[in-house]
Amino acid sequence: MTKNLFAASLLATTLLAGGAHAQGLKIALSSEPTAIDPHYHDVTPNNAMTSHIFEGLTRQDEKQGIHPALAASWDNDGANRWTFRLRDGVTFSDGTPFTSEDVVFTFCRTLKNETAIAGSFADVTASFASVEAPDAKTVVITTKTPEPLLANFLSTVRILSASIAKHDKITFDVANNCGVTSPWPVVGDFNDGKLALGTGPYKLKSYVRGTGITLERNETYWGGKEPWESVQFVPVPNAGPRLAGLLAGDYDLIENPAARDLGRVKGDKRFGIAITPSTRVIYYQLDVAREQSPFVKTANGKNPLQDVRVREAISLAIDRKAIIDRLMDGMAAQAGEFLPTGMFGALPTQPVLRYDPAAAKKLLAEAGYADGFQLTISTTNDRYINDSQIAQAVAQYLNQIGIKADVDAMTRTLYFPRRAKKEFSMSVGGWTSASGEASSFLRQWAATPNAAGTLGGSNYGGYKNEAFDKLIYEAVATMDDTKRSSLLQEATKTVMKDYAFIPLHFEAGVWAHKAGLTFTGRSDQFTLAMSARPAQ
Amino acid sequence: MTAYFLQRLIQSIAVLLAVSVVVFFAVYGIGDPIELLVPPQASAAERLALIKRLGLDQPVWHQYFTFLGNALSGNLGTSFVHGVPVVSLILGRLPATLELVLLSMITAAVVSVPLGLYAGLNPDSRPARFIMAGTVIGFSLPSFWKGMMLVLLFSVWLGWLPTAGRGETVAFLGLQTSLFTWDGLEHLILPTLNLAIPNTVLMVRLIAAGASEATTQDYVKFARAKGIPRRRIVNRHILRNILIPVVTVVGIEFGSLVAFSTITETVFSWPGMGKLLIDSIYQLDRPVVVAYVMLTTLLFVGVNLIVDVLYAALDPRVKLSGGMT
Repeated sequence: MTKNLFAASLLATTLLAGGAHAQGLKIALSSEPTAIDPHYHDVTPNNAMTSHIFEGLTRQDEKQGIHPALAASWDNDGANRWTFRLRDGVTFSDGTPFTSEDVVFTFCRTLKNETAIAGSFADVTASFASVEAPDAKTVVITTKTPEPLLANFLSTVRILSASIAKHDKITFDVANNCGVTSPWPVVGDFNDGKLALGTGPYKLKSYVRGTGITLERNETYWGGKEPWESVQFVPVPNAGPRLAGLLAGDYDLIENPAARDLGRVKGDKRFGIAITPSTRVIYYQLDVAREQSPFVKTANGKNPLQDVRVREAISLAIDRKAIIDRLMDGMAAQAGEFLPTGMFGALPTQPVLRYDPAAAKKLLAEAGYADGFQLTISTTNDRYINDSQIAQAVAQYLNQIGIKADVDAMTRTLYFPRRAKKEFSMSVGGWTSASGEASSFLRQWAATPNAAGTLGGSNYGGYKNEAFDKLIYEAVATMDDTKRSSLLQEATKTVMKDYAFIPLHFEAGVWAHKAGLTFTGRSDQFTLAMSARPAQ
Repeated sequence: MTAYFLQRLIQSIAVLLAVSVVVFFAVYGIGDPIELLVPPQASAAERLALIKRLGLDQPVWHQYFTFLGNALSGNLGTSFVHGVPVVSLILGRLPATLELVLLSMITAAVVSVPLGLYAGLNPDSRPARFIMAGTVIGFSLPSFWKGMMLVLLFSVWLGWLPTAGRGETVAFLGLQTSLFTWDGLEHLILPTLNLAIPNTVLMVRLIAAGASEATTQDYVKFARAKGIPRRRIVNRHILRNILIPVVTVVGIEFGSLVAFSTITETVFSWPGMGKLLIDSIYQLDRPVVVAYVMLTTLLFVGVNLIVDVLYAALDPRVKLSGGMT
């Protein structure tokens, strides 16, 4: 009896403690969102933050699968016409009902967004030939060209309330200001919270740049109440202090703890770790187009990277498993293509890129470079996890097959502008598939650029394969999922055969948290309060 | 006096101009901010639109003169990254830094004057040796490491103080300050301590050296011969004389702490100006970097002027005349 009482009181204490805990959540972020305006800058920290307050017509789950959100259902006529039926009973956090007018207003705003940093969602809406709202709960979008990923893209366009600007009847008539009579809202207007009206599970309480962002629960949220009454986000860019804050109990959850420090929380009952494979693939891009490449020196004066045998030799020379075990502390998955297995358009089984220095040497000799050549690997040292150490390891592997490789590591501030000017011969790259589809990497990096710059924008190595181009250009305009998937698989196989891109691994997203909660990591590496739940 | 101020003013303007040229072209030379701002998947048209909006399509000298023209009318530009006016961005960070720096300078002054005087006047005593040894340690330890150790000791092990960030703030005279809330003060203690330690030990050493030197001076001997009490000699004669180098150092340190307390602000995630500068350099946010350096130059020029005036107040022999710089 006494024992039972004791157990019961213990249980009660735990429950009480759990109850008290469930009130607030404090999260330390590694990079701070630059605005609350959901259409300001299309980058991970901003998108993650604004998806607490705002919602799109669709949403991506933690594995980037597409689900209904503000649109309850949608269909497509097999070509350019999409019909979205909006969810009933949804209101904005100030009580205004959500209607098709808000959707049209939002689409207009992305095109009338003076303060936005380029690429901020206008890509999606600029492809609309027309948007109509036949009634308050229906939106019909007609795109200029077939866009199979429209429902996917719309998960990133977060819906604003039309009430934040003065307007007459709202129509998708951008030339005539869409019926809006007051100035369009700009980025600064959202930060004090007045215009930050969304339908999401949380609403903005305060935003103090550099100090933190406080959200409170949206009590009228249509999708069920969140367990946290308030959520505080604190920017702590330095990994050391971030972990110290978790250990000291200042934070309940931290993102991106340094891999080398994880031993400190692993095996400690007071803390938990969530490791989730992400879609971010790390690879090297080779300068395959030019007769002479800036960071290659050979006896015959040519660019050996033009030879597919040399490129395959480079891939064969790298021991990816050792890099993952030793440098990444196991927190990465070996890559044989550009998207993890199981995602749309990925190959059914991930090809394994062999480590075989003997075969690599043989290929080099066949290509006429038995004595090797000089090559500089260009890399960032502050962008990807362990980026400069990985480059050093790769250089060592290349030296083992006779390529005299060295490393030029620099800060991303220098690196990205130089890479865009095509100043490198072998350069590191990292890519997260925002759509969760294989097309994301292939169209951006491997395709031959088109005039509008919507494909091939990052093809700095000048890779060109007509068979591949035909596949990818067809795939991005194919509405049928089965057909698109097989086109993308075919395109992946084609591009892998050319070794113009040498994938290494997929980074993993890492979070550390207090023992009192559970956390589900996301493959897009968003840190969301909605992914944290009090432990049962 | 007027001529002196006029000359100082002209000098200051020349310095500001020179600094603006150097910083503007240096940040321009590092790289192209567009590559860091625009996501790679943006279309060519959108890229061009942004380049045009930020004025980056103009030749660099043209950009510079546009900037200069705007600066003269009080507009230092708009941040590339945050999309808000630079001045409001910097001034928004100023209170956080100022409260940290003021508190740490006061701490340093309050602690260092008695310790330094004691060590200087009784150089052979055991506590004096202890103090001087302590200053060597305090000065040699790198700020970053010291900060982490403070966090480890007071936050992680003892659990007394928060590890990082700024606490709750309240508005005071229109500025957000954390000086008047318990939570805010708690957050202030560790960064203040970390920032105060190097200045404290520096001032202790300066005061101790000055005091021990002063005791051998004729005026002190004369005062003692006259029978003036020791307390009065120390307070009235020695302290006043050794304060001149101390004021100089405090002035310079104040300026550099406001502008560049970057390491402490980074360790403690303190949302001050130093952290803004570092973040902006990483993102090639040129308007912020240029405006920042110009504002801090203004601050240094101003502080130097105040220090010169203080000299005159402390030492009647110092005259503010045209020839001084």
